[in-house]
Amino acid sequence: MSTYYAGLFADIGILVLGALSVYIILVTNQLSLGNAGFMAIGSYVASFLTAEQHWALTPALIVAALTAAVIGVIVGFPALRLKGIYLAIATLGFGEMVRSFFLVFTPMGGSGGYRGMPHVSLGYIWAWTAGVLLLVTLLERSRLWLEMRAVHDDETAAGLIGINTTLTKVGAFGFGAAVAAIAGGLFAHHYIYIEPGNFDFERSIDFVLAVILGGSTVGAGALVGAALLVLLPEWLRFLADWRLAAFGVMLILVLLTRPQGILDRPLLALLRLRRSSAA
Amino acid sequence: MTAVPPNAILRLAGVSKSFGGVRALRDVSISVAQNRIVGVIGPNGAGKTTLFNVITGAYRPDAGDVTFASWPITRWPPYRIVRAGIARTFQNIRLFASMTVWEHLIVGQPHGGSPLRKILPGRFADRKAWVRAEDALTFFGLEKYREALARTLPYGIQRKVEMARALTAGPQLLLLDEPVAGMNRDEADDLRALLLRLSARGLSILLIEHDMAFVMNLCHELYVLDFGALIAAGHPSEIRTNPAVLDAYLGSESAC
Repeated sequence: MSTYYAGLFADIGILVLGALSVYIILVTNQLSLGNAGFMAIGSYVASFLTAEQHWALTPALIVAALTAAVIGVIVGFPALRLKGIYLAIATLGFGEMVRSFFLVFTPMGGSGGYRGMPHVSLGYIWAWTAGVLLLVTLLERSRLWLEMRAVHDDETAAGLIGINTTLTKVGAFGFGAAVAAIAGGLFAHHYIYIEPGNFDFERSIDFVLAVILGGSTVGAGALVGAALLVLLPEWLRFLADWRLAAFGVMLILVLLTRPQGILDRPLLALLRLRRSSAA
Repeated sequence: MTAVPPNAILRLAGVSKSFGGVRALRDVSISVAQNRIVGVIGPNGAGKTTLFNVITGAYRPDAGDVTFASWPITRWPPYRIVRAGIARTFQNIRLFASMTVWEHLIVGQPHGGSPLRKILPGRFADRKAWVRAEDALTFFGLEKYREALARTLPYGIQRKVEMARALTAGPQLLLLDEPVAGMNRDEADDLRALLLRLSARGLSILLIEHDMAFVMNLCHELYVLDFGALIAAGHPSEIRTNPAVLDAYLGSESAC
């Protein structure tokens, strides 16, 4: 595989994880626009552990994920008081706060960035991406996920049928933050250089965009959305300066025709049915 | 007013609840004995649904206590009250938009075993839940709707799904908020037979209903609310002729 395509596929793998981090939180009807903040935390923690403490990357990623999960839970509690656009803006504020923190945190390079991490292979990135995607796909068939969907559909009714809605929503924030941190750790060890600007608002929006485009009701939507988000602008290069405008038009067309995104549960069920009848 | 029975599973003592200047409940005391079907009636705005919301933890009362099976549940969160053994349906049906009938019957159940088992797929998480959901499907005749999105089904079927969801929680006390609203007489008769079967199995039922024929033929005991206050309590035959109830609510319907 050429370096060009290897780079694109690495970007897709990392974006899938970022999109999944948004999707996991969104399943409980909470929109987070600050997941780049969790990504930054994972990125810097994992980089510190590998570059300064000489840890292997896998345990460093796990520690980074756990650190972000704890912070995610802490963020999740005040988020319980907010809904809709207000929650989205509050999480956006959190993301910018984290970015600003690393901008002035000189032990990790501050605005000058940080380097010294070992480079990871494309295979390693995709092993994590596939693993997390498989985990989410399995969880989607679990009782836990059903409770998360109940909270999404009607939080009050969910509580009144016996679901601990506080635990469910805060837990989703923690889980989503952990996945974003893994994306951050892989990002840092793929580019072997990070700076606070890597984790700005646009990064969070990319995650949300991948979920909305690929499908906001199924985990596999993150894969489709991330692939399109990375590959489409490349395939549209023949349009030169118009490619991003054309990409925007395509995005609007998709959302007009499929507001739930390209993939959804009925479509996946149909695909499974066709596959089983063809077998 | 009736005395608190010694085998009361639910007791409300002096419960009051206000919303701004509106006093939705005023010093209300009621009880439900085990295996009994108890009705709450009264005009619209009398505080009946507020009473249910206080019992199930959706609202915290300003004053008074709620005791269920000797537990003081007044300030418990809703999910804990459900786990203690109180399940409910809603005046306006509240089914989950993205869920099939089958998923409704699983999601409302208490989870047996380790919480970690919740992350296992499907029936591996809790085999008993699977069996209870199958039983509920059969009991309510919902087999052919198993994979249908519950919110797309006819109103009467949605009512059944909501009741089945409440029952799969394995409650000791079932709260039903206007269960026959929108049903024809045959469906109401079917529901009455169903509730009598459930009561015979040991379930206590507290229900709100405007259909007087249904209430009078089903309930062992009635409470009457008006402007948030309890104005009468007793056997349906007593309520039917109570002058205060006739004046406030039943009026010409007393012939039912």
